[in-house]
Amino acid sequence: MVFSYYPGCTLKTKAKDLDKYARASAEALGVTLEELPDWQCCGGVYPIAKDEIATKLSSVRALNRSKELGRDLITVCSACHNVIKQVNHDMQTDENIVAKVANYMKLDAPYRGETNVIHYLEMLRDKVGFDTIREKAVNPLKGKKIAAYYGCLLLRPSSVMAFDDPENPTIMEDLITALGAEPVRYSMRNECCGAYTTLEKKEIAQKKSNAVLASAEANGAEMVITACPLCLYNLKKNATEHDVPVKYFTEVLAEALGIA
Amino acid sequence: MENKANLKEQILTASGVNPLKCMRCGKCSATCPSYDEMEYHPHQFVYMVEKGNIEPLLQSESLYTCLTCFACVERCPRNVQPAKLVEAVRLAVIREQGANHLKPQDIPALLDPDLPQQAIVSAFRKYAK
Repeated sequence: MVFSYYPGCTLKTKAKDLDKYARASAEALGVTLEELPDWQCCGGVYPIAKDEIATKLSSVRALNRSKELGRDLITVCSACHNVIKQVNHDMQTDENIVAKVANYMKLDAPYRGETNVIHYLEMLRDKVGFDTIREKAVNPLKGKKIAAYYGCLLLRPSSVMAFDDPENPTIMEDLITALGAEPVRYSMRNECCGAYTTLEKKEIAQKKSNAVLASAEANGAEMVITACPLCLYNLKKNATEHDVPVKYFTEVLAEALGIA
Repeated sequence: MENKANLKEQILTASGVNPLKCMRCGKCSATCPSYDEMEYHPHQFVYMVEKGNIEPLLQSESLYTCLTCFACVERCPRNVQPAKLVEAVRLAVIREQGANHLKPQDIPALLDPDLPQQAIVSAFRKYAK
């Protein structure tokens, strides 16, 4: 299986582990990730307003490149996935945005949302299969109590993201089970960590991140996993009252596959 | 700033939100993770824009405490999508010349060695044009 791969800015810098273990695990599972040439930063958050055009172009460039290559597009970072998938939805449904983007980009053929945008977790579930992962987990994480932290970006808006049940997701718990560990369910797993407020209103990020880890710890979590570099940062640095380890899901996957 | 009627129209067009769909159940504000930090809460954004009472929102710090987590969008039983309205009001402010809430020269003092690039680009997209 060969996919186009969009790593995003943070996976090249502060979140190298998220990228490194994603690539290594994919290889071990028989998946080839070919990094898109000349990708540009997605901008981190989806430009919501209907009259925002220029801020959507970097996503369209990645999507169109992937279309030209004839491949589905894999993302790992929750933020990149949210932005690119929502922009793709605009390109499928909003004639005004499609027309203005076409004016900017002067493509040989107009882009209309043809590319499938697939998050790495969806690839594991739908393309590789959790049964295969269970078989390949040579180093199963027996008895380890792991809490999945979804945050906002993978799940919402569910009408566009169609990732999982937005209020009761199971994809990461199913992965944790396939890796031989024990998933911990807790109420705050799909509530916000405080996101970008860490930059100028740190007290919000601290309050939100502490609430997430308090909920995870109260339910017995020995480790928390996430797909988002900003969630990881907030849970590690701003959840000042808690010290449960927080890791990228790809690192735990690679560990179970015996390659980390 | 444009006149009041135009501003309301611009906000509704940019957001794609129809505030008349709101039945005022308050679920958006009940589920908002930034509720405690907001002077005006999501449900107030909806009815204040509907009434054309937008000026207080333009002046409010609440514009910068919305996390765009989309909890209000996901959980609204009427699909009003309050976060999109907050975004459009924020854009009405920061699209004005010199009205950026976050400036590049502010950034170095806010950095720490672990801060992901994602935080910086996200904040810029939310707080500056």
